[in-house]
Amino acid sequence: MVVPVAFFALFFAWPVVSIVERGLRVDGVWQFGRFGETLSRPEILDVLWFTLWQALASTGLTLLIALPGAYVFARFEFRGKGLLRAVVTVPFVMPTVMVGTAFLALVGRGGLLDELWGVRLDTTVWAILIAHVFFNYAVVVRTVGGLWAQLDPRQEEAARVLGASRWRAWRTVTLPALAPSVAAAALMVFLFTASSFAVVQILGGSTYSTLETEIYRQTVVRFDLTTAAVLTMVQFAAVGVVLAVHARTVRRRETALRMVAPEETARRPRGIGQWALFAGVLLSVAVLIVLPLGVLVERSFATSRGYGLDYYRALQTPDPSGTFLVPLLDTIGNSLRYAVVATLIALVIGGLAAAALTRRAGRLVRGFDALLMLPLGVSAVTVGFGFLITLDEPPFDLRASWILVPLAQALVGVPFVVRTMLPVLRAVDERLREAAAVLGASPWRAWREVDLPLVRRALLIAAGFAFAVSLGEFGATVFIARPDSPTLPVAVARLLGRPGELNYGQAMALSTILMVVCAVSLLLLERLRTERTSGEF
Amino acid sequence: MSIKKAAAAALVAALGVTTLAACGADDVREAAGKSGAPAPKTVTLVSHDSFNASKEVLAEFTKQTGFTVKVLKSGDAGEAVNKEILTKGSPQGDVFFGVDNTLLSRALDNGIFVPYAAKGLDRVPAAYQLDKEHRVTPIDSGDICVNYDKKYFADKKLAPPVTFDDLAKPAYKDLLVVENPERSSPGLGFLLGTAAKYGDEGWQDYWTKLKANGVKTVDSWELAYNQEFSGSAGGRKAKGDRPLVVSYASSPPVEVLYGEPQPKVAPTGVSTGTCFRQTEFAGLLDGAKNPQGGKALIDFLISKKFQEDMPLQMFVNPVAKDAALPELFTEHGVVVEKPETMAPEKIAEKRDPWIQQWSSLVLK
Repeated sequence: MVVPVAFFALFFAWPVVSIVERGLRVDGVWQFGRFGETLSRPEILDVLWFTLWQALASTGLTLLIALPGAYVFARFEFRGKGLLRAVVTVPFVMPTVMVGTAFLALVGRGGLLDELWGVRLDTTVWAILIAHVFFNYAVVVRTVGGLWAQLDPRQEEAARVLGASRWRAWRTVTLPALAPSVAAAALMVFLFTASSFAVVQILGGSTYSTLETEIYRQTVVRFDLTTAAVLTMVQFAAVGVVLAVHARTVRRRETALRMVAPEETARRPRGIGQWALFAGVLLSVAVLIVLPLGVLVERSFATSRGYGLDYYRALQTPDPSGTFLVPLLDTIGNSLRYAVVATLIALVIGGLAAAALTRRAGRLVRGFDALLMLPLGVSAVTVGFGFLITLDEPPFDLRASWILVPLAQALVGVPFVVRTMLPVLRAVDERLREAAAVLGASPWRAWREVDLPLVRRALLIAAGFAFAVSLGEFGATVFIARPDSPTLPVAVARLLGRPGELNYGQAMALSTILMVVCAVSLLLLERLRTERTSGEF
Repeated sequence: MSIKKAAAAALVAALGVTTLAACGADDVREAAGKSGAPAPKTVTLVSHDSFNASKEVLAEFTKQTGFTVKVLKSGDAGEAVNKEILTKGSPQGDVFFGVDNTLLSRALDNGIFVPYAAKGLDRVPAAYQLDKEHRVTPIDSGDICVNYDKKYFADKKLAPPVTFDDLAKPAYKDLLVVENPERSSPGLGFLLGTAAKYGDEGWQDYWTKLKANGVKTVDSWELAYNQEFSGSAGGRKAKGDRPLVVSYASSPPVEVLYGEPQPKVAPTGVSTGTCFRQTEFAGLLDGAKNPQGGKALIDFLISKKFQEDMPLQMFVNPVAKDAALPELFTEHGVVVEKPETMAPEKIAEKRDPWIQQWSSLVLK
C-alpha cells in the first residue's frame, strides 16, 4: 500500500497540486474569485457541456459496439483469435495524427464514404465519436473479456435447466458477475474520451473544443495559468463525481465467483444466432478498426511510381539532411525499451495497489482506489507542466532524465492494471485465503499461491495494455526523448512536420511498422500466458 | 528486494523530496556551491521540437570549447517558452533556443534571460537585433508565405496569386487553406502578415473578403499541408483539393530534397507578396548551471559553421552575413524582398484580442 501511495503522491498529486497552486495564487493572493468569473463565461459553459455529452455518447457507443466483441473474444474459439485481439489493441499505440489522417481518408472529402454515398463526416461530431470507438474498443474487450472468459458458464446453464429463459439466465447470473468489469470499462472509456485531446483537435476541425483542449489553449497558447487552474479543478471535480458514482455502483455488486480456465469456456460458435453475432462482430472490427489501419498501410506502399517498398528501404538509410542521426529503424528499439520499463513499473505499482485494495476495506482505501484512476481523467498538459516545477531538485531532478518517460507512461498504465485485476481478485473466495493462512502460509505466500494463479491471466492482459500505452505514448516522450534516440511515434510526428514525399511516405511506413511491432509484442505476451498458465486452474 | 523493503525505500524517498522542497532551493544550491563542485563539462540547450543540428557541427563545438551539447526538446515553440517561464530561476538547461518574434515579449517580460552580447554579433544585421540589451541573440529567420501547386495553375492556365490582394480575387475562389492562428504558428504568422499589410482596422475587412472568397481553416500545418493542399505528396494521396496553402518560403526546396525521385524543379511555388518574417532567438537562461558553456554555445550558434548547417536542418535562413546558403536554397528557393514584419511588443499586446476577433469573424 505504501509504495503505490508514495508513487502516486510523488508523480501525480504533487506535480498537479503545485501547478494548480501556481495558477490560483498570484503574488501570494488566492484567486478564488476567478472561479465564478470563469465558470459564468458562456464559451466555457459550452466547452463543459460538449465535453460531458460527447464523452457520454462516446462511452455509450463504445459499449454498444464493443460488448458483443468482448463476448465473442471470451466465449468463442476461432482461428486467429489471438491475432485479432492484438489487432484491436493496435489503435492504442497509433499516433493520433496518423489516425486522424486515416479517418479523414474514410469519412472526409473524397473518402470512401464520400465516393460511395456522398457522405462526409469530417468536422462533424460523428467523426469524433467513431474515432473514440476505434481507440477504446480494446479497453472494453480487454477489461470485460478478461473476466468473462473465466466465468463458469455452468452457472448460467444451471439457471437455464431450472427453467430460466436465455435472456433471464444471462441477466440474473452473468450480468451481475460482469457488472464490476463493465462498469470499470465504461469508467475508463469515459475518462479517456472526456480527456481526449488530439482526436477532438484533428477531427473536430476548429469547431469543437473540450475541457482538455481548452486547458491546453489556456496553458500553452494564452499562458493564462489561472484560468487553466480553474478548469483543472473543474475537471477534478467532474472526475471525482464520476469515480464516486462508479464506486457506489460497483461495491453493491461484488461477490465471490466461481472461476475456471478460459480454455474451458471458449468453443466454436453454434447455431444461426451465434454465427450471426460472430459475423457481426468481425464486420464491425473490419470496418471500424482494420479499414482505417489498412488505409495507412496502403499509403506506405503507394509511391509515385506505383506500389513498392521504396519508403521502407529509405528507413534504413540515414536521412539526407542528417536530421535523425541514426537510421529510422533504430527508433523501434528505443520505443520497445521505454515500453518494457514502463510496463514493469505499472505492473509493480498496480499489482501492489490491487493486492492492498482486495485485502482492506474501509473508506480510506476505497478513496485511494478512486484516486488511482485520476490520472486518466486529468489533463496531460497539467501533469507535464507540474513535473517541470516540482521534479527539479536532486535527487528528483528528473526533467532531463529518460526515466521520466516510463514514469509518466506508467501513470496511465497503473489504473488499467488495477482495474483489470481488482474484479478478478475480489471474486476470489476469501475462504481460500483463510484456509491457506490456517495451514500456516504467510500473507505473501497465500497471495502467491491463491491469488496469483487466478489473476495471472488478468495481469498479462493488463500488461499488454500498459505496454501498448507506452509504445504509442507521445505527449510525455516528445519533450524528453533525446534527438539521437527518438521513439517511433516521435519520429513519425517529426516526419509529418516536414514537407516532401519521402518524409510523408516514411511516416506511413514507420506507422505500419509500429502496428506490426505492437501486434507481435501482444501476441508474444499472449503466448506467454498459454505456456505458463495452462493447467494451473 | 522484499515488498516491505521496497515500500520503506519509496517512503524514505518520498519524505526526502518533501524535506528538500521544504528546506528551499537556495539552500541546496548554496551547499552545492560550497562543496566546490567542478565546472560541468556539458552545456544543455533547451529548444522546441523542430530543433536539429548535424552531428559533425555539434562535434566541432566540443572540439573548439571542450563542452558537449545536450539537447532537450521541450514541445512546440509556445509550449517550450512557457515551460521556461514556469521554471524561471531553476531552468532545465543553460541556453534556450527558439523563441520567435511572436513570443519574444512574453519571454523578455518574464525575465527568463540574462544579457550576453555574443561574439560575432557585428556580422548580424541590425534589423534582426530586436533586443538592445542583448538578452536574446538572433539566430535564424524564415518567411511564412502562401505556397501554390504549380501543376494546378499550369493545367488551368491561370497565373498563381502573388499578393495578399490577389488571394481575395474571384479567380482564386475556394482555393486557399489556412491554419487557425490560435493553434498553429504559421496560421498566426499569416494573420499578423495581413494585419501588418492592411493595418489594425483594415485586416478585418480583408478577412471578410477572404471568407467570402471561400477560405478554409484547419487546425494545424500538418493537416493543411499534408491533407488539404493539392501540391504536396501527402495532399495528392489524400486527394487534397486546395492548390493554395499557408506554409513557408523554404517548403519548395524541401519538396525537392525529399522528392522520391528528386524532381528537377520544385512542384510548388511561393506567392512572394504574402510573406510574414519570423526571426528566432536564443538566450542565456537565468540560473543556468553552466553559464560559461552557455555563452560559448550562443557564440557558436551565430558562427559561420552553425549558420551554414541550419538551412538544411531546420529549413530556415541564416542571419549572419558571411553564411552562404546551400545550393538547394539558391536553386529552388525564392528571395522574399519585402516581407511584412511587426514589433514584438505590438504582437504581445494585440495577439489575443486579434485572435479572438479573427475567430468570431472567420470561424463563426
